[in-house]
Amino acid sequence: MDDAVDLFSQQQSNRVRSRVLLIGFIAFFAWLGFGGDWIFWQMTLGAEPGTYRHVIPWIGIALTLGAAIAAFVAWTRGPERVLWSTNAYEVVDPVNDDERRLVNVVEEMAIASGVPKPRVWIVPDEDPNAFATGRDPASSHVAVTAGLLTQLNRDELQAVVAHELGHVKNLDVRLMTLLAALVGAVALVGDFMSRAMRGGARVHGASLGGGGRRRGGKKGGNPLLVVVLALWILSWLLAPLITRLLALGVSRKREYLADAMSAQFTRNPKALADALHKIEHAAAPTTSMKRGSAHLCIADPLGRRLTNREGVFAELFGTHPPMAIRVAKLKAMAYQRDVGGGM
Amino acid sequence: MFFVLLILTVLVVVWAVGAYNTLISLKNQVANAWKQIDVQLKRRHDLVPNLIAAVKGAMNFERETLEAVVAARNQAVQVSSGGDVSKIAAVEGQLTGALHRLLAVVESYPDLKATANIGQLQEELTSTENKIAFARQLYNDTATQYNTKQRQVPTVFVAGVAGASPAPLWELTDDSERAVPKVEL
Repeated sequence: MDDAVDLFSQQQSNRVRSRVLLIGFIAFFAWLGFGGDWIFWQMTLGAEPGTYRHVIPWIGIALTLGAAIAAFVAWTRGPERVLWSTNAYEVVDPVNDDERRLVNVVEEMAIASGVPKPRVWIVPDEDPNAFATGRDPASSHVAVTAGLLTQLNRDELQAVVAHELGHVKNLDVRLMTLLAALVGAVALVGDFMSRAMRGGARVHGASLGGGGRRRGGKKGGNPLLVVVLALWILSWLLAPLITRLLALGVSRKREYLADAMSAQFTRNPKALADALHKIEHAAAPTTSMKRGSAHLCIADPLGRRLTNREGVFAELFGTHPPMAIRVAKLKAMAYQRDVGGGM
Repeated sequence: MFFVLLILTVLVVVWAVGAYNTLISLKNQVANAWKQIDVQLKRRHDLVPNLIAAVKGAMNFERETLEAVVAARNQAVQVSSGGDVSKIAAVEGQLTGALHRLLAVVESYPDLKATANIGQLQEELTSTENKIAFARQLYNDTATQYNTKQRQVPTVFVAGVAGASPAPLWELTDDSERAVPKVEL
Protein backbone atom coordinates (compact mmCIF):
# COMPACT_ATOMS: atom_id res chain seq x y z
CA MET A 1 0.00 0.00 0.00
CA ASP A 2 2.94 2.33 0.48
CA ASP A 3 3.74 2.06 -3.19
CA ALA A 4 0.45 3.53 -4.40
CA VAL A 5 1.46 5.18 -7.63
CA ASP A 6 -1.88 6.02 -9.16
CA LEU A 7 -4.93 7.98 -8.16
CA PHE A 8 -7.35 5.11 -7.70
CA SER A 9 -5.20 2.94 -5.45
CA GLN A 10 -4.22 5.99 -3.38
CA GLN A 11 -7.90 6.84 -2.87
CA GLN A 12 -8.65 3.26 -1.84
CA SER A 13 -5.65 3.15 0.47
CA ASN A 14 -6.68 6.41 2.13
CA ARG A 15 -10.27 5.28 2.63
CA VAL A 16 -9.14 2.03 4.26
CA ARG A 17 -6.49 3.70 6.40
CA SER A 18 -8.90 6.36 7.64
CA ARG A 19 -11.36 3.70 8.71
CA VAL A 20 -8.61 1.65 10.37
CA LEU A 21 -7.32 4.74 12.16
CA LEU A 22 -10.72 5.66 13.59
CA ILE A 23 -11.50 2.09 14.66
CA GLY A 24 -8.02 1.60 16.09
CA PHE A 25 -8.30 4.86 18.03
CA ILE A 26 -11.58 3.81 19.66
CA ALA A 27 -10.31 0.26 20.24
CA PHE A 28 -7.17 1.59 21.93
CA PHE A 29 -9.20 3.64 24.39
CA ALA A 30 -11.55 0.72 24.93
CA TRP A 31 -8.48 -1.34 25.88
CA LEU A 32 -7.35 1.40 28.25
CA GLY A 33 -10.79 1.62 29.81
CA PHE A 34 -11.84 -1.99 30.07
CA GLY A 35 -8.32 -3.08 30.91
CA GLY A 36 -8.38 -0.69 33.82
CA ASP A 37 -11.80 -2.00 34.81
CA TRP A 38 -10.56 -5.58 34.78
CA ILE A 39 -7.55 -4.61 36.91
CA PHE A 40 -9.61 -2.78 39.48
CA TRP A 41 -12.12 -5.63 39.51
CA GLN A 42 -9.34 -8.11 40.25
CA MET A 43 -7.95 -5.87 42.93
CA THR A 44 -11.24 -5.37 44.73
CA LEU A 45 -12.51 -8.97 44.38
CA GLY A 46 -12.02 -9.94 47.96
CA ALA A 47 -12.91 -6.59 49.48
CA GLU A 48 -14.89 -6.53 52.71
CA PRO A 49 -18.59 -5.77 52.29
CA GLY A 50 -19.21 -2.06 52.69
CA THR A 51 -16.05 -0.97 50.93
CA TYR A 52 -15.82 -0.31 47.27
CA ARG A 53 -16.10 -3.23 44.88
CA HIS A 54 -15.44 -2.54 41.22
CA VAL A 55 -18.23 -4.36 39.38
CA ILE A 56 -19.63 -2.07 36.73
CA PRO A 57 -16.95 -1.25 34.10
CA TRP A 58 -17.62 2.46 34.23
CA ILE A 59 -14.02 3.39 33.23
CA GLY A 60 -14.31 1.32 30.07
CA ILE A 61 -17.68 2.76 29.17
CA ALA A 62 -16.56 6.32 29.85
CA LEU A 63 -13.32 6.05 27.90
CA THR A 64 -14.86 4.23 24.92
CA LEU A 65 -17.66 6.78 24.80
CA GLY A 66 -15.12 9.60 25.09
CA ALA A 67 -13.01 8.15 22.30
CA ALA A 68 -16.07 7.68 20.09
CA ILE A 69 -17.03 11.32 20.68
CA ALA A 70 -13.47 12.48 20.01
CA ALA A 71 -13.40 10.44 16.79
CA PHE A 72 -16.75 11.89 15.73
CA VAL A 73 -15.55 15.42 16.46
CA ALA A 74 -12.31 14.75 14.59
CA TRP A 75 -14.32 13.49 11.61
CA THR A 76 -16.77 16.38 11.51
CA ARG A 77 -14.81 19.32 12.95
CA GLY A 78 -11.24 18.22 12.26
CA PRO A 79 -10.65 20.49 9.25
CA GLU A 80 -11.96 23.58 11.03
CA ARG A 81 -9.80 22.87 14.06
CA VAL A 82 -6.67 22.55 11.96
CA LEU A 83 -7.45 25.90 10.32
CA TRP A 84 -8.14 27.62 13.66
CA SER A 85 -4.87 26.36 15.08
CA THR A 86 -2.99 28.23 12.37
CA ASN A 87 -4.89 31.54 12.78
CA ALA A 88 -6.00 31.32 9.16
CA TYR A 89 -8.72 33.65 7.91
CA GLU A 90 -11.10 32.79 5.10
CA VAL A 91 -11.16 34.71 1.83
CA VAL A 92 -14.82 35.13 0.97
CA ASP A 93 -14.74 38.46 -0.86
CA PRO A 94 -11.25 39.37 -2.07
CA VAL A 95 -10.14 42.79 -0.78
CA ASN A 96 -6.93 43.25 -2.76
CA ASP A 97 -5.25 42.09 -5.97
CA ASP A 98 -3.33 39.27 -4.29
CA GLU A 99 -6.49 37.79 -2.83
CA ARG A 100 -8.33 38.20 -6.12
CA ARG A 101 -5.51 36.38 -7.90
CA LEU A 102 -5.55 33.59 -5.31
CA VAL A 103 -9.31 33.07 -5.64
CA ASN A 104 -9.04 33.03 -9.44
CA VAL A 105 -6.18 30.52 -9.34
CA VAL A 106 -8.11 28.24 -6.97
CA GLU A 107 -11.15 28.39 -9.27
CA GLU A 108 -9.01 27.57 -12.30
CA MET A 109 -7.41 24.59 -10.60
CA ALA A 110 -10.77 23.37 -9.34
CA ILE A 111 -11.89 23.22 -12.97
CA ALA A 112 -8.68 21.54 -14.13
CA SER A 113 -8.77 18.88 -11.41
CA GLY A 114 -12.48 18.19 -11.66
CA VAL A 115 -13.20 18.75 -7.96
CA PRO A 116 -15.71 21.26 -6.55
CA LYS A 117 -14.24 24.62 -5.57
CA PRO A 118 -12.71 24.44 -2.08
CA ARG A 119 -12.92 27.19 0.53
CA VAL A 120 -9.90 29.47 0.43
CA TRP A 121 -7.91 30.54 3.52
CA ILE A 122 -4.84 32.68 4.15
CA VAL A 123 -2.41 32.07 7.04
CA PRO A 124 -0.79 35.29 8.28
CA ASP A 125 2.78 34.00 8.13
CA GLU A 126 5.66 35.41 6.10
CA ASP A 127 7.15 32.00 5.34
CA PRO A 128 5.81 30.52 2.08
CA ASN A 129 3.86 27.33 2.60
CA ALA A 130 0.47 25.83 1.80
CA PHE A 131 -1.77 23.05 3.01
CA ALA A 132 -5.13 21.46 2.31
CA THR A 133 -7.57 19.92 4.73
CA GLY A 134 -11.03 18.38 4.59
CA ARG A 135 -12.98 15.15 4.52
CA ASP A 136 -13.67 14.73 0.83
CA PRO A 137 -13.66 16.88 -2.32
CA ALA A 138 -17.16 18.17 -1.64
CA SER A 139 -16.08 19.87 1.61
CA SER A 140 -12.43 20.80 1.43
CA HIS A 141 -10.24 23.78 2.29
CA VAL A 142 -7.05 25.12 0.74
CA ALA A 143 -4.85 27.50 2.74
CA VAL A 144 -1.73 29.43 1.73
CA THR A 145 0.52 31.65 3.80
CA ALA A 146 0.71 35.39 3.13
CA GLY A 147 4.38 34.84 2.31
CA LEU A 148 3.48 32.44 -0.50
CA LEU A 149 1.21 35.04 -2.11
CA THR A 150 3.91 37.68 -2.21
CA GLN A 151 6.88 35.54 -3.20
CA LEU A 152 5.48 33.30 -5.92
CA ASN A 153 4.36 34.39 -9.39
CA ARG A 154 1.03 33.38 -10.88
CA ASP A 155 2.23 30.16 -12.54
CA GLU A 156 4.01 28.98 -9.42
CA LEU A 157 0.99 29.80 -7.25
CA GLN A 158 -1.13 27.82 -9.70
CA ALA A 159 1.20 24.83 -9.40
CA VAL A 160 1.11 24.89 -5.59
CA VAL A 161 -2.69 25.11 -5.53
CA ALA A 162 -2.86 22.25 -8.05
CA HIS A 163 -0.65 20.17 -5.72
CA GLU A 164 -3.00 20.81 -2.82
CA LEU A 165 -6.05 19.95 -4.93
CA GLY A 166 -4.26 16.74 -5.83
CA HIS A 167 -4.20 15.87 -2.13
CA VAL A 168 -7.91 16.71 -1.96
CA LYS A 169 -8.74 14.57 -4.96
CA ASN A 170 -6.89 11.47 -3.77
CA LEU A 171 -8.35 11.78 -0.26
CA ASP A 172 -4.96 12.33 1.41
CA VAL A 173 -6.62 15.20 3.24
CA ARG A 174 -9.05 12.86 4.96
CA LEU A 175 -6.36 10.67 6.50
CA MET A 176 -4.00 13.52 7.31
CA THR A 177 -6.66 15.74 8.90
CA LEU A 178 -7.92 12.85 11.04
CA LEU A 179 -4.38 12.21 12.22
CA ALA A 180 -3.80 15.86 13.08
CA ALA A 181 -7.08 16.08 14.99
CA LEU A 182 -6.58 12.82 16.88
CA VAL A 183 -3.00 13.72 17.82
CA GLY A 184 -4.38 16.89 19.38
CA ALA A 185 -7.10 15.00 21.23
CA VAL A 186 -4.73 12.40 22.64
CA ALA A 187 -2.24 15.06 23.70
CA LEU A 188 -5.01 16.75 25.70
CA VAL A 189 -6.15 13.51 27.30
CA GLY A 190 -2.58 12.42 28.00
CA ASP A 191 -1.87 15.69 29.78
CA PHE A 192 -5.01 15.46 31.88
CA MET A 193 -4.57 11.79 32.74
CA SER A 194 -0.92 12.05 33.74
CA ARG A 195 -1.85 14.80 36.18
CA ALA A 196 -4.83 12.82 37.50
CA MET A 197 -2.81 9.63 37.87
CA ARG A 198 -0.05 11.33 39.80
CA GLY A 199 -2.62 12.79 42.15
CA GLY A 200 -4.68 9.61 42.42
CA ALA A 201 -1.74 7.29 42.91
CA ARG A 202 -0.59 9.24 45.94
CA VAL A 203 -3.98 8.86 47.63
CA HIS A 204 -4.85 5.30 46.67
CA GLY A 205 -1.43 3.77 46.23
CA ALA A 206 -1.10 2.85 49.87
CA SER A 207 -4.47 1.13 50.18
CA LEU A 208 -4.20 -0.73 46.88
CA GLY A 209 -0.71 -1.86 47.55
CA GLY A 210 -1.60 -3.06 51.00
CA GLY A 211 -4.71 -4.85 49.78
CA GLY A 212 -2.74 -6.64 47.11
CA ARG A 213 -0.25 -8.00 49.62
CA ARG A 214 -3.00 -9.26 51.92
CA ARG A 215 -4.76 -11.20 49.19
CA GLY A 216 -1.64 -12.09 47.29
CA GLY A 217 -1.43 -15.82 47.65
CA LYS A 218 -5.14 -16.62 47.37
CA LYS A 219 -5.89 -15.59 43.79
CA GLY A 220 -4.60 -17.73 40.94
CA GLY A 221 -4.67 -14.88 38.42
CA ASN A 222 -2.07 -12.76 40.17
CA PRO A 223 0.83 -13.00 37.64
CA LEU A 224 -1.63 -12.15 34.87
CA LEU A 225 -2.80 -9.18 36.90
CA VAL A 226 0.74 -7.89 37.20
CA VAL A 227 1.40 -8.26 33.47
CA VAL A 228 -1.86 -6.60 32.48
CA LEU A 229 -1.25 -3.79 34.97
CA ALA A 230 2.19 -3.19 33.60
CA LEU A 231 0.95 -3.14 29.99
CA TRP A 232 -1.91 -0.88 30.98
CA ILE A 233 0.28 1.72 32.66
CA LEU A 234 2.69 1.53 29.74
CA SER A 235 -0.17 2.22 27.32
CA TRP A 236 -1.11 5.37 29.20
CA LEU A 237 2.45 6.63 29.16
CA LEU A 238 3.06 5.81 25.52
CA ALA A 239 -0.30 6.95 24.09
CA PRO A 240 0.77 10.50 23.22
CA LEU A 241 4.05 9.26 21.78
CA ILE A 242 2.39 6.57 19.67
CA THR A 243 -0.11 8.95 18.13
CA ARG A 244 2.65 11.43 17.35
CA LEU A 245 4.61 8.64 15.66
CA LEU A 246 1.51 7.71 13.65
CA ALA A 247 1.25 11.28 12.43
CA LEU A 248 4.90 11.31 11.41
CA GLY A 249 4.71 7.90 9.80
CA VAL A 250 2.21 8.86 7.11
CA SER A 251 3.93 7.80 3.95
CA ARG A 252 6.20 10.39 2.34
CA LYS A 253 5.43 8.98 -1.09
CA ARG A 254 2.03 10.68 -1.12
CA GLU A 255 3.92 13.93 -1.86
CA TYR A 256 5.35 12.49 -5.10
CA LEU A 257 1.87 11.54 -6.24
CA ALA A 258 0.53 15.02 -5.44
CA ASP A 259 3.45 16.58 -7.33
CA ALA A 260 2.64 14.39 -10.34
CA MET A 261 -1.03 15.32 -10.13
CA SER A 262 -0.11 18.99 -10.03
CA ALA A 263 1.96 18.55 -13.18
CA GLN A 264 -0.96 16.77 -14.80
CA PHE A 265 -3.46 19.49 -13.91
CA THR A 266 -1.30 22.48 -14.89
CA ARG A 267 0.61 20.72 -17.71
CA ASN A 268 3.49 22.79 -16.33
CA PRO A 269 5.83 20.73 -14.09
CA LYS A 270 8.51 23.39 -14.23
CA ALA A 271 6.24 25.84 -12.42
CA LEU A 272 5.97 23.50 -9.43
CA ALA A 273 9.72 22.81 -9.52
CA ASP A 274 10.36 26.57 -9.37
CA ALA A 275 7.79 27.04 -6.61
CA LEU A 276 9.30 24.27 -4.48
CA HIS A 277 12.74 25.74 -5.03
CA LYS A 278 11.55 29.13 -3.78
CA ILE A 279 9.73 27.62 -0.80
CA GLU A 280 12.73 25.55 0.21
CA HIS A 281 15.08 28.50 0.06
CA ALA A 282 12.89 30.78 2.15
CA ALA A 283 14.62 31.48 5.41
CA ALA A 284 12.38 30.76 8.38
CA PRO A 285 10.27 27.74 9.40
CA THR A 286 6.52 28.22 9.28
CA THR A 287 5.76 28.89 12.92
CA SER A 288 1.99 28.94 12.42
CA MET A 289 1.92 25.22 11.71
CA LYS A 290 1.97 23.16 14.87
CA ARG A 291 3.93 19.94 15.07
CA GLY A 292 0.87 17.73 14.74
CA SER A 293 -0.10 19.32 11.41
CA ALA A 294 3.32 19.28 9.74
CA HIS A 295 2.42 16.47 7.36
CA LEU A 296 -0.42 18.52 5.87
CA CYS A 297 1.85 21.13 4.28
CA ILE A 298 3.53 21.18 0.89
CA ALA A 299 6.95 21.65 2.48
CA ASP A 300 8.14 20.71 5.94
CA PRO A 301 7.12 23.68 8.10
CA LEU A 302 9.51 22.69 10.86
CA GLY A 303 12.54 22.90 8.58
CA ARG A 304 14.03 19.69 9.89
CA ARG A 305 17.26 18.22 8.49
CA LEU A 306 15.66 14.77 8.70
CA THR A 307 13.48 15.68 5.75
CA ASN A 308 16.44 15.72 3.37
CA ARG A 309 17.75 12.30 4.36
CA GLU A 310 17.04 8.88 2.95
CA GLY A 311 16.95 5.56 4.74
CA VAL A 312 14.67 3.64 7.07
CA PHE A 313 14.70 6.16 9.93
CA ALA A 314 13.91 9.06 7.62
CA GLU A 315 11.17 7.05 5.94
CA LEU A 316 9.55 6.36 9.30
CA PHE A 317 9.84 9.76 10.91
CA GLY A 318 10.07 12.21 8.04
CA THR A 319 6.92 13.94 6.93
CA HIS A 320 8.15 15.02 3.50
CA PRO A 321 10.49 13.57 0.90
CA PRO A 322 13.79 15.31 0.17
CA MET A 323 13.10 18.49 -1.76
CA ALA A 324 15.97 17.89 -4.19
CA ILE A 325 14.40 14.64 -5.36
CA ARG A 326 10.96 16.22 -5.76
CA VAL A 327 12.44 19.02 -7.88
CA ALA A 328 14.48 16.53 -9.92
CA LYS A 329 11.42 14.40 -10.68
CA LEU A 330 9.45 17.47 -11.78
CA LYS A 331 12.25 18.72 -13.98
CA ALA A 332 12.48 15.25 -15.56
CA MET A 333 8.79 15.55 -16.39
CA ALA A 334 9.57 18.87 -18.05
CA TYR A 335 12.38 17.25 -20.01
CA GLN A 336 15.00 19.30 -18.22
CA ARG A 337 18.02 17.47 -16.96
CA ASP A 338 18.95 18.36 -13.41
CA VAL A 339 22.40 19.86 -13.80
CA GLY A 340 24.67 19.95 -10.77
CA GLY A 341 22.35 18.33 -8.26
CA GLY A 342 19.53 20.83 -8.62
CA MET A 343 19.76 22.71 -5.33
CA MET B 1 -19.94 -29.23 -11.14
CA PHE B 2 -23.16 -27.29 -11.25
CA PHE B 3 -22.01 -25.38 -8.20
CA VAL B 4 -18.81 -24.26 -9.93
CA LEU B 5 -20.76 -23.06 -12.96
CA LEU B 6 -23.13 -21.18 -10.69
CA ILE B 7 -20.30 -19.41 -8.89
CA LEU B 8 -18.62 -18.54 -12.17
CA THR B 9 -21.85 -17.08 -13.54
CA VAL B 10 -22.33 -14.99 -10.41
CA LEU B 11 -18.76 -13.67 -10.67
CA VAL B 12 -19.24 -12.76 -14.34
CA VAL B 13 -22.48 -10.97 -13.60
CA VAL B 14 -20.92 -9.03 -10.73
CA TRP B 15 -18.02 -7.99 -12.94
CA ALA B 16 -20.37 -7.00 -15.79
CA VAL B 17 -22.42 -4.79 -13.49
CA GLY B 18 -19.27 -3.09 -12.22
CA ALA B 19 -17.96 -2.47 -15.72
CA TYR B 20 -21.32 -1.13 -16.92
CA ASN B 21 -21.49 1.26 -13.99
CA THR B 22 -17.97 2.46 -14.63
CA LEU B 23 -18.83 3.27 -18.24
CA ILE B 24 -21.98 5.13 -17.23
CA SER B 25 -20.07 7.10 -14.63
CA LEU B 26 -17.39 8.08 -17.15
CA LYS B 27 -20.02 9.03 -19.72
CA ASN B 28 -21.64 11.41 -17.25
CA GLN B 29 -18.29 12.87 -16.30
CA VAL B 30 -17.67 13.62 -19.98
CA ALA B 31 -21.06 15.35 -20.29
CA ASN B 32 -20.35 17.35 -17.15
CA ALA B 33 -16.94 18.42 -18.39
CA TRP B 34 -18.55 19.53 -21.66
CA LYS B 35 -21.03 21.69 -19.77
CA GLN B 36 -18.13 23.25 -17.84
CA ILE B 37 -16.72 24.59 -21.10
CA ASP B 38 -20.10 26.17 -21.88
CA VAL B 39 -20.20 27.84 -18.47
CA GLN B 40 -16.77 29.38 -18.92
CA LEU B 41 -17.49 30.55 -22.47
CA LYS B 42 -20.64 32.33 -21.31
CA ARG B 43 -18.68 33.91 -18.49
CA ARG B 44 -16.31 35.38 -21.06
CA HIS B 45 -19.21 36.75 -23.11
CA ASP B 46 -20.36 38.64 -20.04
CA LEU B 47 -16.90 39.97 -19.27
CA VAL B 48 -16.09 41.48 -22.66
CA PRO B 49 -18.41 44.55 -22.49
CA ASN B 50 -16.79 45.61 -19.19
CA LEU B 51 -13.35 45.40 -20.73
CA ILE B 52 -14.36 47.40 -23.78
CA ALA B 53 -15.94 50.09 -21.63
CA ALA B 54 -12.78 50.35 -19.51
CA VAL B 55 -10.37 50.84 -22.41
CA LYS B 56 -12.54 52.72 -24.88
CA GLY B 57 -11.75 56.18 -23.58
CA ALA B 58 -7.98 55.82 -23.67
CA MET B 59 -7.62 53.81 -26.85
CA ASN B 60 -9.31 55.98 -29.43
CA PHE B 61 -6.67 55.16 -32.00
CA GLU B 62 -7.23 51.44 -31.78
CA ARG B 63 -10.84 51.46 -32.89
CA GLU B 64 -10.37 48.57 -35.29
CA THR B 65 -9.07 46.30 -32.57
CA LEU B 66 -11.92 47.23 -30.23
CA GLU B 67 -14.55 46.79 -32.89
CA ALA B 68 -13.13 43.38 -33.84
CA VAL B 69 -13.54 42.24 -30.23
CA VAL B 70 -17.11 43.51 -29.97
CA ALA B 71 -18.09 41.91 -33.28
CA ALA B 72 -16.52 38.57 -32.37
CA ARG B 73 -18.24 38.62 -28.99
CA ASN B 74 -21.67 39.33 -30.45
CA GLN B 75 -21.24 36.60 -33.00
CA ALA B 76 -20.22 34.16 -30.30
CA VAL B 77 -23.31 34.98 -28.22
CA GLN B 78 -25.50 34.48 -31.25
CA VAL B 79 -24.01 31.14 -32.22
CA SER B 80 -23.89 29.74 -28.69
CA SER B 81 -27.66 29.24 -28.53
CA GLY B 82 -27.51 26.86 -31.50
CA GLY B 83 -26.17 23.35 -31.11
CA ASP B 84 -23.51 23.29 -33.81
CA VAL B 85 -20.34 22.41 -31.94
CA SER B 86 -17.88 23.03 -34.74
CA LYS B 87 -19.37 26.44 -35.46
CA ILE B 88 -19.25 27.35 -31.76
CA ALA B 89 -15.64 26.25 -31.58
CA ALA B 90 -14.76 28.34 -34.65
CA VAL B 91 -16.48 31.48 -33.38
CA GLU B 92 -15.05 31.16 -29.86
CA GLY B 93 -11.62 30.74 -31.41
CA GLN B 94 -12.08 34.03 -33.24
CA LEU B 95 -13.09 35.76 -30.02
CA THR B 96 -9.99 34.37 -28.32
CA GLY B 97 -7.83 35.72 -31.10
CA ALA B 98 -9.44 39.16 -30.97
CA LEU B 99 -9.00 39.36 -27.20
CA HIS B 100 -5.37 38.33 -27.39
CA ARG B 101 -4.71 41.05 -29.95
CA LEU B 102 -6.46 43.57 -27.72
CA LEU B 103 -4.39 42.53 -24.69
CA ALA B 104 -1.21 42.82 -26.74
CA VAL B 105 -2.19 46.32 -27.81
CA VAL B 106 -3.03 47.38 -24.24
CA GLU B 107 0.57 46.50 -23.31
CA SER B 108 1.74 49.40 -25.47
CA TYR B 109 -0.31 52.01 -23.57
CA PRO B 110 1.64 52.60 -20.31
CA ASP B 111 -0.85 55.21 -19.05
CA LEU B 112 -3.65 52.74 -19.48
CA LYS B 113 -1.74 50.04 -17.69
CA ALA B 114 -1.17 52.30 -14.70
CA THR B 115 -4.87 52.53 -14.02
CA ALA B 116 -5.89 50.01 -11.34
CA ASN B 117 -8.98 49.08 -13.27
CA ILE B 118 -7.02 47.76 -16.20
CA GLY B 119 -4.85 45.61 -13.94
CA GLN B 120 -7.91 43.99 -12.46
CA LEU B 121 -9.55 43.47 -15.83
CA GLN B 122 -6.38 41.97 -17.25
CA GLU B 123 -6.33 39.55 -14.35
CA GLU B 124 -9.98 38.68 -14.95
CA LEU B 125 -9.35 38.12 -18.66
CA THR B 126 -6.26 36.00 -17.98
CA SER B 127 -8.23 33.97 -15.49
CA THR B 128 -11.14 33.56 -17.92
CA GLU B 129 -8.86 32.36 -20.70
CA ASN B 130 -7.20 29.97 -18.26
CA LYS B 131 -10.54 28.64 -17.11
CA ILE B 132 -11.68 28.00 -20.66
CA ALA B 133 -8.38 26.28 -21.38
CA PHE B 134 -8.61 24.12 -18.26
CA ALA B 135 -12.24 23.28 -18.92
CA ARG B 136 -11.24 22.06 -22.37
CA GLN B 137 -8.32 20.18 -20.87
CA LEU B 138 -10.58 18.47 -18.36
CA TYR B 139 -13.03 17.59 -21.13
CA ASN B 140 -10.29 16.11 -23.30
CA ASP B 141 -8.80 14.19 -20.37
CA THR B 142 -12.19 12.80 -19.34
CA ALA B 143 -13.15 11.98 -22.93
CA THR B 144 -9.84 10.19 -23.48
CA GLN B 145 -10.36 8.18 -20.31
CA TYR B 146 -13.89 7.26 -21.47
CA ASN B 147 -12.76 6.35 -24.99
CA THR B 148 -9.89 4.22 -23.72
CA LYS B 149 -12.04 2.39 -21.21
CA GLN B 150 -14.66 1.63 -23.86
CA ARG B 151 -12.16 -0.09 -26.13
CA GLN B 152 -10.17 -1.98 -23.54
CA VAL B 153 -10.70 -5.68 -23.00
CA PRO B 154 -12.76 -6.83 -21.10
CA THR B 155 -14.87 -3.68 -20.70
CA VAL B 156 -15.38 -3.61 -24.45
CA PHE B 157 -17.80 -6.50 -24.14
CA VAL B 158 -20.15 -4.44 -21.99
CA ALA B 159 -19.71 -1.25 -24.02
CA GLY B 160 -22.51 -2.06 -26.46
CA VAL B 161 -25.02 -2.63 -23.69
CA ALA B 162 -23.95 0.56 -21.94
CA GLY B 163 -24.54 2.58 -25.08
CA ALA B 164 -20.97 3.81 -25.06
CA SER B 165 -19.79 5.67 -28.13
CA PRO B 166 -16.46 7.46 -28.52
CA ALA B 167 -16.62 11.08 -27.40
CA PRO B 168 -15.08 13.64 -29.75
CA LEU B 169 -12.08 15.55 -28.48
CA TRP B 170 -12.03 19.33 -28.54
CA GLU B 171 -9.64 20.17 -31.32
CA LEU B 172 -8.34 23.30 -32.95
CA THR B 173 -10.68 23.90 -35.87
CA ASP B 174 -9.09 27.08 -37.08
CA ASP B 175 -5.72 26.47 -38.73
CA SER B 176 -4.76 30.06 -38.12
CA GLU B 177 -4.73 29.33 -34.38
CA ARG B 178 -2.03 26.74 -34.97
CA ALA B 179 0.09 29.23 -36.88
CA VAL B 180 2.97 30.84 -34.99
CA PRO B 181 1.88 34.34 -34.03
CA LYS B 182 3.72 37.08 -35.86
CA VAL B 183 5.18 39.68 -33.52
CA GLU B 184 5.56 43.03 -35.19
CA LEU B 185 8.24 45.06 -33.46
